[in-house]
Amino acid sequence: QVAVALKEGRVTPTELCQRCLSLIKSTKFLNAYITVAEETALKQAEASEERYKKGQPLGVLDGIPVAVKDNFNTAGIETTCASNMLRGYISPYNATVVQKLLDQGAVLLGKTNLDEFAMGSGSTDGVFGPVRNPWSYSRQYKKKSVPESHSEDKEPDWVITGGSSGGSAAAVSSFTCFAALGSDTGGSTRNPAAHCGVVGLKPTYGLISRHGLIPLVNSMDVPGILTRCVDDAAVVLGSLAGHDPKDSTTIQDNFKPFELPNLTDVSKLSVGIPKEYHAPGLSSEILAIWSKAADLFENAGAKVVEVSLPHTRYSIVCYHVLCTAEVASNMARFDGLEYGHRSDMNESTESMYAATRREGFNDVVRGRILSGNYFLLKQNYEKYFIKAQKVRRLIANDFVKVFRSGVDVLLTPTTLSDAAPYMEFIKEDNRTRSAQDDILTQAANMAGLPAINVPTALSERGLPVGLQFIGHSFQEQQLLTVAKWFEKQVQFPMIQLEEVKRHDHGVFQHQKSASFS
Amino acid sequence: QKVSVEVLEHLEHLALVDFRDAEGVERLQKAIQFADQLHEVNTDGVEPMDSVLEDRCLYLREDDVTEGNCTKELLENAKEKVEEYFVAPPGNIPLPKLGERETFLQGS
Repeated sequence: QVAVALKEGRVTPTELCQRCLSLIKSTKFLNAYITVAEETALKQAEASEERYKKGQPLGVLDGIPVAVKDNFNTAGIETTCASNMLRGYISPYNATVVQKLLDQGAVLLGKTNLDEFAMGSGSTDGVFGPVRNPWSYSRQYKKKSVPESHSEDKEPDWVITGGSSGGSAAAVSSFTCFAALGSDTGGSTRNPAAHCGVVGLKPTYGLISRHGLIPLVNSMDVPGILTRCVDDAAVVLGSLAGHDPKDSTTIQDNFKPFELPNLTDVSKLSVGIPKEYHAPGLSSEILAIWSKAADLFENAGAKVVEVSLPHTRYSIVCYHVLCTAEVASNMARFDGLEYGHRSDMNESTESMYAATRREGFNDVVRGRILSGNYFLLKQNYEKYFIKAQKVRRLIANDFVKVFRSGVDVLLTPTTLSDAAPYMEFIKEDNRTRSAQDDILTQAANMAGLPAINVPTALSERGLPVGLQFIGHSFQEQQLLTVAKWFEKQVQFPMIQLEEVKRHDHGVFQHQKSASFS
Repeated sequence: QKVSVEVLEHLEHLALVDFRDAEGVERLQKAIQFADQLHEVNTDGVEPMDSVLEDRCLYLREDDVTEGNCTKELLENAKEKVEEYFVAPPGNIPLPKLGERETFLQGS
């Protein structure tokens, strides 16, 4: 809708940019952004305006404000990964996906907050503080009365965004941008998408370039897309997907951007319901929503079948080993010599490295590095690392079997419950939380399959609940078509932000356009 | 079984990252315990999987120089440099042995 408005001249890119920038300022308490690139954004908006005046926009994304998670390299803009290790690090180059967005004329508003180095499921463990879920401030959220509320924190009931791309999800959910990039290694895009009520797409591994995305687990990382509706996700996907000579793990097949058809007949569709996703800890609310969704498909004529992915419950353990192992390797590059934080310790190379890393990494990161090194020790390699790789194959095969039997998409919950209040979330440590929260999203990363979170309904507390669709490898078109049909059926309510309403009402009206396509 | 102090030191040395306190060690113990669940799975005859794209050929480009000469930009982020060199403190000096280092591991 916004792209059409830009084309017709009803609003100009600079106006749009300025409104987003001021909205970012008024929603600062959400802590969604680490860096706001005000000057460059305005310049990009002005350039875009020139193009629209000449009637030569670069494409649908020209002039559209976007945000990027702070683990993507952005030339000239600080990239921190929410860690002390990279504070002050100004990237000398743009990640391929960032470059692609800029080449399409998108306006980069800033870098969003995350868990340190994308490790976590709450966006609470970064050095810049936790991100607050915009729904905490919505009219729809029913605050629980907290008897022992501390007086320093005015809103002790605010809920987390989920992680680790919480900043991006919050930014999209609070209308400060129209699309945001996240990353997804264990569910890091879909988890916050579910908690913040936005669409979170994890593309097939190998479809979108990882060049410039600071790596966590090279064999599972993918850039994720967060938008307010499925059509928008398809548009962004269209501009980002495709082979990149700078990333050898991108496939060489030709990618053709697609428009999503308006599906009306689902009678030829086969939806699989994996019974193992009825995991321990799944809230009865979400179970009910999941069942309702399955019924929805059945009543519309689709074939809904129960399927089994027997190794589901081992995916978290497998992930734990493979992730820590790859992390141990990937974090080795941070030694203070070429970039990033450097300790003052100067006695020897090794002691400088050790001190730099002690000062730069938080407990979560260090814990994972140490665990990873343990699993990679000669005496443990076969027992843990190779074993995990074998289990990985079993998990991937589970999916292959199910898809080969005729199932088109799988329908599962995305999270075990709605967003938890921050005060409760921090009672357990990061690893425990990640292990609990990633359980439903992790397997898709293990198998490299595309998956998408579609906001479905509000919980009893008035918070978003999303459902996940998992599709065949490289069949994003089919996956998104089904997701779009589902989105239309459920009519997820729009967030009613109280704080923002006090702001210029006219501004809010424009921001309210859910989609930009 | 608990991880021995030798292994803990070895890990700290390999990773160049410290456990910092008993909590750090406890975290490792729990991580190992968690990972032990893997042994419940029967993986006889299963090949380890390195990549989900294993059935495809990796892309290799021609060995031509297409970019480079960005020394200045690359050096900008380094804290200590001299001309076009990154400066490191002297190497070949091993980390102080456990006895000389202040580490809580001494107590365990």
